Amino acid sequence: MNILEELSQSLQRGVDKDVVAHTQKAIDSGLAVKQILDDGLIAGMSIVGERFKKHELFLPHVLLAAKAMYAGLDLLKPLMLKEGIPTLGKVVIGTVHGDLHDIGKNLVGIMLKGAGFEIIDLGKDVPAENFVEAAIAENAQVIGLSALLTTTMPTMKQVVDLATEQNVRDKFKIVIGGAPLSDEYAQEIGADAYCFDAVSAVDRVKQFVEN
Amino acid sequence: MCPPLLEQINSGSLFVGDGAMGTMLFAHGLQTGDCPEKWNLDHPKTLEEIARLYHQAGADIVSTNTFGGSALKLKQYGLGDRTEEINAAAVCAVRNAIGDEAYLSVSCGPCGQLIEPLGDVSEDAVFDSFLRQLRGATQTPVDLICVETMTDLSETKLAAKAAQTAAPGVPVAVTMTFDETPNGFYTMMGVSIVQAAQELSDAGVDIIGSNCGNGIENMIKIAHEFKACSSLPIMIQSNAGLPVLNGDRLTYPETPEFMADQCRELVELGVSIIGGCCGTTPEHIRAIRAMVDGRGVD
Repeated sequence: MNILEELSQSLQRGVDKDVVAHTQKAIDSGLAVKQILDDGLIAGMSIVGERFKKHELFLPHVLLAAKAMYAGLDLLKPLMLKEGIPTLGKVVIGTVHGDLHDIGKNLVGIMLKGAGFEIIDLGKDVPAENFVEAAIAENAQVIGLSALLTTTMPTMKQVVDLATEQNVRDKFKIVIGGAPLSDEYAQEIGADAYCFDAVSAVDRVKQFVEN
Repeated sequence: MCPPLLEQINSGSLFVGDGAMGTMLFAHGLQTGDCPEKWNLDHPKTLEEIARLYHQAGADIVSTNTFGGSALKLKQYGLGDRTEEINAAAVCAVRNAIGDEAYLSVSCGPCGQLIEPLGDVSEDAVFDSFLRQLRGATQTPVDLICVETMTDLSETKLAAKAAQTAAPGVPVAVTMTFDETPNGFYTMMGVSIVQAAQELSDAGVDIIGSNCGNGIENMIKIAHEFKACSSLPIMIQSNAGLPVLNGDRLTYPETPEFMADQCRELVELGVSIIGGCCGTTPEHIRAIRAMVDGRGVD
């Protein structure tokens, strides 16, 4: 088995120290940083994502793989900076005002970072204006809104409305996620997409950034 | 004085639980972003009123407003140091409303954080958080502790152990929340019904089952699966479907009549406790009561 295949498999098993060891081995063997990233770490994470979508794997497994991915990325980051490999894009995320639930939001952040995005995490209980301000200040391509409570769902609409009022709605896409939400609700409030889970959130954000 | 709940259940009796708490609190003025459990201290009369409404609607088992009453959860509102007092007040409010005419169940929901290595909080911290909550809640007698809306089996077992430690002899019910996948029902954290039934039974839990979810029809399937793999008494408390946006207001699609009619199948299956979760009201409980008593659904 080659080095990158080993790296991908250790990531799929979610074992941090193995991922670190294999990433180091790949660097030492002189492989290109971009290749280690794409064919090792990201390749492994994509398989985890696919298996999650097929319900063969569940959240704990995905979380462990994402954490292992971080461990590998820590080694690659300095080299990526040196070689000027850009991130895929910037995403502002947060749990909307009135809602203190952040497990889902954190997971989306981990998965997006693992996929190569830069994340500006505003935390939980975030007022609508903070999302818009941060997205403008950071020149982010996407805002990700999270809510678990049915009572805080309507707060998502405020972010969309505020961006429209300030004439900046076309500067970024707005995606929403959380247990009580749906495609219909995203349409209803004028968001660009509803993401069923963290894996589909990564897919949608990638689509938006690539177009 | 009610005879001990578990004895009654084990001799074949069926009990009706209550409905949603959050929905009722919002109807009484709770604002988005408020800590619902703070109302136990600030508005005990409202909590009594809600318990009374459910009791009058026919609930045999009435729950406390302590779903988010664990120390870790209250800490998010800066109320961690008032954990015992907040949970004790919730129990007093329900007891004032129902006296000895119904059973009092202490609600205990997830702590809202992932346990190591998935998240940052330790097993010990989660256990202590539940223990403080349930010690607070059991300063005066209670009839049941209901650990609910759980998805992570390790957190669930810590809560169950905290319940057994805080109040030896008080029966413990655990209901988990399952999603339908093409490969069967699993919790968000990947726990199957068979695994839940086995491990919760091993953990000495007295009653098992499911709550929340996306409607009564899936709950019936879930109840069948529990029944097929476990001899423990089953408890089912379903949402009134998934919320839909109606103008500016969220409503739940399943009517009291629909839910009660569907619940017939749970009765036939031998489920021991039937109640409601998000979106269910005293009207839903009244309809379920009528169905259970064989009066038909009005």
